[in-house]
Amino acid sequence: MSERERDQHTGTETTGHEWDGIKELDTPLPRWWLWVFYGSIAFAIVYWVLMPAWPGITGYTHGMLGKSDRAAVTGELAKLESIRGAGLVKLKSASLEQIESDPQLQTYAMQVGASVFGDNCATCHGAGGGGGKGYPNLRDDVWLWGGTLEDIQHTITVGVRSGHPGARGGDTIMPAFGRDQLLTDAQINDLTEYVMALSHRKADRAAVARAAQTFADQCSACHGPDGTGGAKPGAPNLTDAEWLYGSDRQTIHDQIWNGRNGVMPTWEARFSPETIKALAVYVHANAGGDAEPAAAAVSRPSAGAVSGK
Amino acid sequence: MSQAVAPSDDAPFDAVLLYVFTGVAALASMLAAAFTPDPLFRFHSYVLMAAFTVAFFAISVGMASGKLKSDPTRYADGVIRAGVIATMFWAIAGLAAGALAAAQLSWPNIFYNADLPFLNFGRLRPLHTSAVIFAFGGNALIATSFYVVQRTCKARLAGGVWPWFVFWGYQLFIVLAATGYLAGITQSREYAEPEWYVDVWLTIVWVAYLLVFLGTIWKRKEPHIYVANWFYLAFIVTIAILHLVNNAALPVGLLETKSYSAFAGVQDALTQWWYGHNAVGFFLTAGFLGMMYYFVPKRVERPVYSYRLSIVHFWSLIFIYIWAGPHHLHYTALPQWAQTLGMTFSIMLWMPSWGGMINGLMTLSGAWDKLRTDPVVRMMVVAIAFYGMSTFEGPLMSIRAVNALSHYTDWTIGHVHSGALGWVGFISFGAMYCMVPWLWKKERIYSNTLIEWHFWIATTGILLYIAAMWVSGIMEGLMWREYTPQGYLANAFVETVAAKHVENIIRTVGGLMYLSGAAIMSYNLWRTVRMPGTAPAGSQAMGAPAAPQLAAAE
Repeated sequence: MSERERDQHTGTETTGHEWDGIKELDTPLPRWWLWVFYGSIAFAIVYWVLMPAWPGITGYTHGMLGKSDRAAVTGELAKLESIRGAGLVKLKSASLEQIESDPQLQTYAMQVGASVFGDNCATCHGAGGGGGKGYPNLRDDVWLWGGTLEDIQHTITVGVRSGHPGARGGDTIMPAFGRDQLLTDAQINDLTEYVMALSHRKADRAAVARAAQTFADQCSACHGPDGTGGAKPGAPNLTDAEWLYGSDRQTIHDQIWNGRNGVMPTWEARFSPETIKALAVYVHANAGGDAEPAAAAVSRPSAGAVSGK
Repeated sequence: MSQAVAPSDDAPFDAVLLYVFTGVAALASMLAAAFTPDPLFRFHSYVLMAAFTVAFFAISVGMASGKLKSDPTRYADGVIRAGVIATMFWAIAGLAAGALAAAQLSWPNIFYNADLPFLNFGRLRPLHTSAVIFAFGGNALIATSFYVVQRTCKARLAGGVWPWFVFWGYQLFIVLAATGYLAGITQSREYAEPEWYVDVWLTIVWVAYLLVFLGTIWKRKEPHIYVANWFYLAFIVTIAILHLVNNAALPVGLLETKSYSAFAGVQDALTQWWYGHNAVGFFLTAGFLGMMYYFVPKRVERPVYSYRLSIVHFWSLIFIYIWAGPHHLHYTALPQWAQTLGMTFSIMLWMPSWGGMINGLMTLSGAWDKLRTDPVVRMMVVAIAFYGMSTFEGPLMSIRAVNALSHYTDWTIGHVHSGALGWVGFISFGAMYCMVPWLWKKERIYSNTLIEWHFWIATTGILLYIAAMWVSGIMEGLMWREYTPQGYLANAFVETVAAKHVENIIRTVGGLMYLSGAAIMSYNLWRTVRMPGTAPAGSQAMGAPAAPQLAAAE
């Protein structure tokens, strides 16, 4: 079947080959196709002349436009620094209270704070600061380490149990009563009932009675004789509805058993003092943090966003 | 084992060779399982041992009963029938994995498997990509290439039982890769995650595939090699080279899963994307163009539009494609000159890619009415249209300024899915709809109506998918680059994720629709196979009309 024949429909000759009934027309290359192909090659050649393109033995052709990604990115970073610098200067000289009371400066600080929070803090504290299991909610008025502007600024700077010499919580560690065999299984079960009762929920009365002495001996030093916390900074209120790890019996039992102690890194090395100021203002304004330094309520943050397991 | 003692004198040499090979391999995997200190390696050794032992006994039985002799006057179609079944099986598995992964992105709290951690997104995502590309796509390519090369060469597949080795060896590769992903065995290379020993196994299978294909072309009874075979051959040869270079690695030990790449830093990244891009170019483009060049003219019964175009676009495609990989690394540590070359070669690739689209579409001239009457033709034409669209979108996205917006976003995901679902999926489904009646000797597919349903559900699914990804991709790209007037990023990453929630749901729906289409198709093909046998189709004939009309029953 090597005879060329003419296709009825198109009037084009075939190549004369046939495979399993398939023939091929001898249609020339579509002109538009060819010209666009040539055009794309021409574009490539022009681009090679203008931009860094071909490698050689010791370097590469730099192109007539003298463009360089490295130079461009250096320039853009410098530009960004100058934009940020202009605003940060204002934050530098103002005190936290001044920033908060000056609407223009506060707006500025809030924008810086929101951006930094989103990429650094939201990972643990949740988008918008809603918290998560083991990570405090920053939108309510319950504060473990104090909710004034200065408290927040200090917590961000030094972190919690972060290894920083001035870190929060260095002297407030909850022991692992069960794991380290400080208390017996029975005592921990009774204590669990006691904590349930403290937060006004149903509990085994006999167990609560048995645990009263244990609580006074082991827990009240930090959580207070009545369990409302605050005897030491960072010791949560056990009588309210806000829970860091969860409010159910099992979680409370596990907390007494293991004594989990939350950790937050120090941000001193990562952020400038101005950025930390902005963050403190942002967190404070978002949460309705405490106005009066003296009134720092100490309690567990919300368990609301928490317990989704 | 009695069969093993003395294979009868007339047992074919190819079968004896395979028999010895599987026996030795079974023994080797047993020793590996016994001596390895690595529990994951032991797990895979058990898989290998089971596979080789089963194969060894199957060949024993086969040789004893004389079934493994091949009749040179008949086409080897049994392995292709198996390939069709495997194609549809892996299609469903791969698409289902994709739909689950999409659901995990849409509802991360609901579809988070705390108890089955290996079914979470991190391991499911590569499982999905490899399942659809290599398990579904690879089986479709192997099956159709075996079909096409025999018909267009008028020769039975070379190598006796070795085509069966290619088929089962490839399934074993898929199982090793898939279980490896779930078990966390990975060398962390996109589209090439299996570790060194699975790579070695694939190399063996692939060389066998190349030899079977070349051997069949070698003994062809046609004076010329048909264009579809050029594309299949380019696919097989180039994938072999890509596979060998990209997977160059040094194992920690011969009985350990872990290995380290032969390349470091940006060279490693470039090798990875030279491979990754050409896996797209030579697996998902060249291979499936081979499929198109046979099944489209065959189905519409029209000559191929232009022989010259097929030559020019074939050579320009394979020459230019191999350079375009650096466009995956724009604005990275890769030197800018390499980025320039990657971008410009991608732009030059536009017309060579479109040559295939023109040749496919224009082959319908004189048969356009079949778009209305034959849903299989419509499916293949829509495949070619998606091919044209994604091969335009690809060069567009390779332009550095466009890439600055599109890279790392859902736009890329939409782009690969218009290629994968639209082009690769539909052209393969079209080919399967053509081949099943031919292979099982039925007059037609069981239900044309079901093909219509498949076509419309799947097409709508693709459109939902890629439209959602365009919207979410461009949106997140714009959100990522947005700065506040104070010079800080305006959006946290998690906010850009939350912003895509609706698009993610639409994507999940689109994917589920595509999956339902494939399920309808599987049912339809199964009913076709179960139909009472009827007239043999002409395509079964081997050689001149005088040749026997039957295909080999293996």
